[in-house]
Amino acid sequence: MSEFTVYALVSAVIFGLTLHGLIVRAHLLVKVIALNMMGSSVFLFLVAVAARNADAQPDPVPQAMVLTGIVVAVSATALGLALIRRLHADGGHERLPDNNADGQ
Amino acid sequence: MLSAVLAATVALALAWSVVTMPHEPGGLTRRVDDRLADAGASHPVTAVLLDFRAYDTWLEVGVLLLAVLAVLAIARLADARATDNDERRHAFISDVAGVGVPLLVLIAGLLLWLGSHAPGGAFQAGAVLAAAGIVVWLNGRRSVVALHRPLLQLAVGLGFIAFLVAGVLALVAGRALLDYPPNLAADLIIIVELGVALSVGAALALLFVVGRPR
Repeated sequence: MSEFTVYALVSAVIFGLTLHGLIVRAHLLVKVIALNMMGSSVFLFLVAVAARNADAQPDPVPQAMVLTGIVVAVSATALGLALIRRLHADGGHERLPDNNADGQ
Repeated sequence: MLSAVLAATVALALAWSVVTMPHEPGGLTRRVDDRLADAGASHPVTAVLLDFRAYDTWLEVGVLLLAVLAVLAIARLADARATDNDERRHAFISDVAGVGVPLLVLIAGLLLWLGSHAPGGAFQAGAVLAAAGIVVWLNGRRSVVALHRPLLQLAVGLGFIAFLVAGVLALVAGRALLDYPPNLAADLIIIVELGVALSVGAALALLFVVGRPR
């Protein structure tokens, strides 16, 4: 198993775990963290792709895409957190209403 | 239960697709290297960000601008009223800020300059600038941020405007939008990088200040 395969499989596992957390958890802060980690799994994959050719220098295009992605992820996270704070200030709660008891 | 099955299926499908993904040795490294001489920056990542894929970076700065506008709209601005808060001042933090903030600004400038030929660039410089702004804020000098709020908001838009101006200059020179003329490319990229660095710094600092915990 090559180094790339290890990183790629780990990123696929993190993506699956965070997708599960994003759907199941009612607390909005957990959802934002899950979304963030989901993005990080994609960054991990892209950096692994960039480093795939061991002989030469890393591929700059995926690296530039990660750099772009980080800034977008930070702004999306800030927006999500601002929405949660506003929701908390207005209604005093920061979870989605739990309709089915076995949701957790 | 259903979501666990769904997540596991997605993870398995992703794992299968990344393992069986065709491998093109070298990726785009060679194609970037071949055209590096035409770009306005000699570092391949900077060349990709600000020349070959300039559209991408431009719109990304636009996303940052939108996020700041949305957060400003959502957050209760009355809460974010900024006055100097001397209770928050602390001798140690003041000392650290006195040495650290000028140093951080210098480091940001160095990173910005390095970006054209070495690892570094506008985003890294912007992040360091934002850190300097947050240190100033945490030190209780809130009026520094508050007094210049319109200026800060202009700074957030600066990156987007710099890209727009550089892109239109390329159009005026008879080339495609953002296809910089080779003799001006290096200068245009430095100007755009300066704008983006100020934008990223101002945006991240504003996002912190507006959305800060009470």
